[in-house]
Amino acid sequence: MSASAAQALPADDPLLVATGVQRRFGGLVAVDVDHLEVGRGRITALIGPNGAGKTTFFNLLSGFDRADAGQWSFDGQRADGLRAHQIARLGMVRTFQLTKALSRLSVLENMMLAAPAQSGERILTALFHSRWQGREDDVRERAIELLRRFGLLEKAEDYAGTLSGGQRKLLEMARALMAEPKMILLDEPVAGVNPALVESILTHVRALRAQGMTVLFVEHDMDVVMGISDDVVCMALGRVIARGAPAEVAADPAVVDAYLGSRHGG
Amino acid sequence: MIGALSDGIRAGIGIQAAAFALAAVGLNLQFGYAGLLNFGHVAFMLVGAYGTAITVNEGGPLWLGILVGVSASVLLGFVFGLPTLRLRADYLAIVTITAGETLRLIVNSGGQTSLTQGPFGIQNFANDFFAVNPIPNGTYGFGRITFSQDELWVVLVAWGLVALAMVLVSQLVTSPWGRVLRAIREDEDAVRSLGKSPFLYKLQSLILGGVMAALAGMMLAFDQQSVSPGYYLPALTFFVFTVVILGGPGTVYGPIVGAAIFWFILQFTGSFLSHAISSGWIPASVLTSDEVAQVRFMLVGASLMALAIWRPQGIFGKREEVMIDVR
Repeated sequence: MSASAAQALPADDPLLVATGVQRRFGGLVAVDVDHLEVGRGRITALIGPNGAGKTTFFNLLSGFDRADAGQWSFDGQRADGLRAHQIARLGMVRTFQLTKALSRLSVLENMMLAAPAQSGERILTALFHSRWQGREDDVRERAIELLRRFGLLEKAEDYAGTLSGGQRKLLEMARALMAEPKMILLDEPVAGVNPALVESILTHVRALRAQGMTVLFVEHDMDVVMGISDDVVCMALGRVIARGAPAEVAADPAVVDAYLGSRHGG
Repeated sequence: MIGALSDGIRAGIGIQAAAFALAAVGLNLQFGYAGLLNFGHVAFMLVGAYGTAITVNEGGPLWLGILVGVSASVLLGFVFGLPTLRLRADYLAIVTITAGETLRLIVNSGGQTSLTQGPFGIQNFANDFFAVNPIPNGTYGFGRITFSQDELWVVLVAWGLVALAMVLVSQLVTSPWGRVLRAIREDEDAVRSLGKSPFLYKLQSLILGGVMAALAGMMLAFDQQSVSPGYYLPALTFFVFTVVILGGPGTVYGPIVGAAIFWFILQFTGSFLSHAISSGWIPASVLTSDEVAQVRFMLVGASLMALAIWRPQGIFGKREEVMIDVR
């Protein structure tokens, strides 16, 4: 373990704390994270070369995969062992590397779906319009406000399936916000996005922090994370090999070895 | 020609069309809105019909029989759904297609003394249903499109149920509950990531659609005053699928218009071909009257193919929705 990995994280108020998280596929240990903290109100980047276990770790944290060992808590509440929808309700909402826009729902419906506390989602209440219409109006108002912020308002009535790749990433991010999370997990939010949109997406990520949101995002392209992250965690072969400020991690020999080395030819 | 048209129209508004419409409204809720691959819809129709028939045959009143039939379909929904709905979509398909045929073989087994009376089936269990028929004796309709008072009674009740089911489904699918259901059809993981568990929604739609199929099965059985295992073949499920796809899956009116058109085509082509053969327009070397029953299904298949080519979204569906998948 490198020197920087031993350092305490700058965050003295962690929102997410994970310890001893392991995931094995047969003989392969895909994830073996001793310790990870994500500071409240900060942008933390989880980097590492392809196959480092970043997305697998993400899936474990968000309840989309089952860990073989380990504990993690979110905002003081135990979160390991919970199902994906329960973790989302705790306030930790994720997006996907391959976007999951709900194609044959309109963009607005995609947004409104994500809102919590809509009693009309219960089958019996659903039959009584007056019981949920009020909440529905509030939800619509908030959805429109977020769509405006993310530049998708003119697409509100279009099917989400008609959006471009970058617009889908924006929609996913906006939709995650509709769920009123405390922390948002972005899985490669700029991968495969038209370069013209990358900066726009990164600006939105920064804006999230400005509003007090905590962000954890996975990215394999190190250049992307340097500008916007407060903390960087580097994984390789399932383990955390370095963590700290972006510049520190970039200069860490272990990181250079495992990752930048292979890319920049040493 | 006029005769064949009349026969077609009579079938298009008759008990078969009404019952298929009711079953299709249920299947549409499951398949069109929730994306569930229920290939055992016939099983719900079977338990509805047999639940009633057995109860009455064993000496129970008709209302109890209806209650038993509906409860059996709810139970069947749990049996299908609980083990499979947490798994990938294919598992429901496998379980339902096999369970449907298994149920048919079960009711088919045993002799005349068994509960289901085996291959003989049960007859004359719906007398109480016709006893409360308020329609005076007579023949209703015009030209060749006529119904006896009993036929009209069962047709009216069945279409009444269709209307109720349609209103219920249209209320549900336009509510936030329906939004979650349609989102599940698109991508369950996205729904999970937003803090909603798909399982309960899928189970609810499976059961609700199943109850509608059970009522449809009852209506068909009341009309015939008979249940027999030979009717509940797996093909019945696929006829209901045909109806849903004809009308446009995920649309409110699709299943109803689909059912009317399905039975119109079936009856119209049957009558037309029979007439054409008996008047010598079609020589016996080409087609005999025995073969008409098969040929009309071929024509339904051909029209479905034509629909898939020129109107893949069905009659009421939106073309843009279908085109999204093509991208």
